[in-house]
Amino acid sequence: MSAALAERRAAPRRPRYRLRRNLTEAAALAFAAVLLVWTLAPIYNMVAVALEPHGDVFSNSVFPAHPSFESFWIVLSQGYWYLQYFWHQFGNSVYIGAATTFLTLLIGSLASFSIGRMRLKNGWLVSNAALLTYVIPASFLAIPFYSIMLKYGLANNLWAVIFAEVTFATPYAIFIFQQYGVSIPIELDEAARIDGASPLQVYLRIYLPLMAPALVAVGTYALLLAWNEYLYQFMLLSSERSMTVPVALAQFMNSDESPWNYMMATAVIYAIPPVAVYYAFRRRMTAGLTMGGVKG
Amino acid sequence: MDGAYPQAAQALPAPTMALSRPRRRAWRGGLQGSEFTWALAFVVPYIGVFVAFVAYPVVYGLWLGHKPSLYSELYADPIYQRTVVNTLIYLGIGVNLKMFGALMMSGFFMRRSWWVKGLLLIYVLPWAVPALPTFISIHWMLNGQWGLINNVLWDLFHIDGPGWIETSRWLALGSVIASHIWKWMPFWTVILLAGRMAIPQELYDAAAVDGATGLRRFAHVTFPLVANLYLICTLLSTIFTLGDFNSVYFVSGGGPALSTHVLATLGIRDAFQISRPDLGVATVMSALPLMIPLVIILMRKLRTTEVSL
Repeated sequence: MSAALAERRAAPRRPRYRLRRNLTEAAALAFAAVLLVWTLAPIYNMVAVALEPHGDVFSNSVFPAHPSFESFWIVLSQGYWYLQYFWHQFGNSVYIGAATTFLTLLIGSLASFSIGRMRLKNGWLVSNAALLTYVIPASFLAIPFYSIMLKYGLANNLWAVIFAEVTFATPYAIFIFQQYGVSIPIELDEAARIDGASPLQVYLRIYLPLMAPALVAVGTYALLLAWNEYLYQFMLLSSERSMTVPVALAQFMNSDESPWNYMMATAVIYAIPPVAVYYAFRRRMTAGLTMGGVKG
Repeated sequence: MDGAYPQAAQALPAPTMALSRPRRRAWRGGLQGSEFTWALAFVVPYIGVFVAFVAYPVVYGLWLGHKPSLYSELYADPIYQRTVVNTLIYLGIGVNLKMFGALMMSGFFMRRSWWVKGLLLIYVLPWAVPALPTFISIHWMLNGQWGLINNVLWDLFHIDGPGWIETSRWLALGSVIASHIWKWMPFWTVILLAGRMAIPQELYDAAAVDGATGLRRFAHVTFPLVANLYLICTLLSTIFTLGDFNSVYFVSGGGPALSTHVLATLGIRDAFQISRPDLGVATVMSALPLMIPLVIILMRKLRTTEVSL
């Protein structure tokens, strides 16, 4: 009897439960739609303006009326006087990104090997200096940094920018490498030492191969940092041939006559490489960003 | 970070140590001769970078902005006063709205359906796309006459939208804050999401047995466990937002009539547009009373907890 009673009580509840679950799912979907519009609107705008033919920017349509790839072609073939050095500037961006990534990995891994593995005396001072650099906003250091680059004779030189990006990427690298290094047993180093390996060999043959995941995460971070940074590139690079793409793009915007189609086409082309890199290394990068999680 | 241990090890007589824990001797107990040289050589490049590109600029900046007269000049300037107010609004509203939104969003992305996972890939796009192209795009979107937003408003409701960044200080400041949130909320969502994922499922099961679901589960299980992470993220985000240059510079450009500058952009303007580097440094340095306590709290937190960003 009690079973029948329970069944009767349960019977009307099941559909209501299902209804509630469907309602939650519908609410989640509606929320997702709003979120999608919010997230994609600026990116849609970028692409839509780039697809409009020259002169059609000043229209009131939400969708491009006559979509064409004309603007992209103009950018790629450097067919506008503002864009005559586009590939050169793109090359500068690539050069800065590659050099920053390499130097950040090299300097960061050497320092964290010395502090974290070899336990250099007073190495914690260096870690703390790095941590302090990490929390100083780059824009606050920009003005004295510029004057000092003039003193070093590096004005309008790509290396000035590379040093700036390395300065701000290395602290994060040291931070992550030290945290990741803890998970690699120190006994490996010791075994190699007993077999007669020099510290340099331990670094090259033991430390670096085992740190590969952290190297990928930090390398991606450094590359994106150098690619996305604007302020230092704007300050330190002034001639058309030494400029990077973002500096040229911003210069566009401040001119009297702004060809918005070309600007947006340039912006889209410039945005594609980092997005591709990001999606390719997404998992590694997120792991690096969230290493440790909430163990506390 | 671990400075105490090697020194303590050195103080002990070496033979006893070698006997008691023979496997741990290779690097510890002090580095000998050439090892020490190697270790020093490995760390010298970073020390070089730090001295040449951090310590020297900091000292030079302090020297540039040491004159008290600069600060009285700033204090008397109405643009500077407005800038301070803007900075505080930007931090107070921008950071908290962004972080609270990120916390809520991380809860949404804990849902286990396939389309939520796909949505997350799109949701992080603002963070993956370089800042400058998107901010320029937003700048154009907000144009009163030809911008996308007002076009949509007209098509849907037949409303003439305002000139978002051209007419009013508050609209422009609001636009800048919204752009900042658009750009950075996905990043913090990913961080907080990872924090939430690390919470063991058993805790939720136990809480469910005790009858805690929905809001109560959030208040008594989730939030206490991510609170520390949330605090660290908020502090870090406050410092990063204080130094945020791109959002303001490209979305509103400090306009209309220099009314939406924040300290970071005003400092650059003083230094490069009106060629007063000392005034620019002073502008930026006037944020130190706010920044130093934040940095001290944050450094302690970052060193003592296992959170890394």
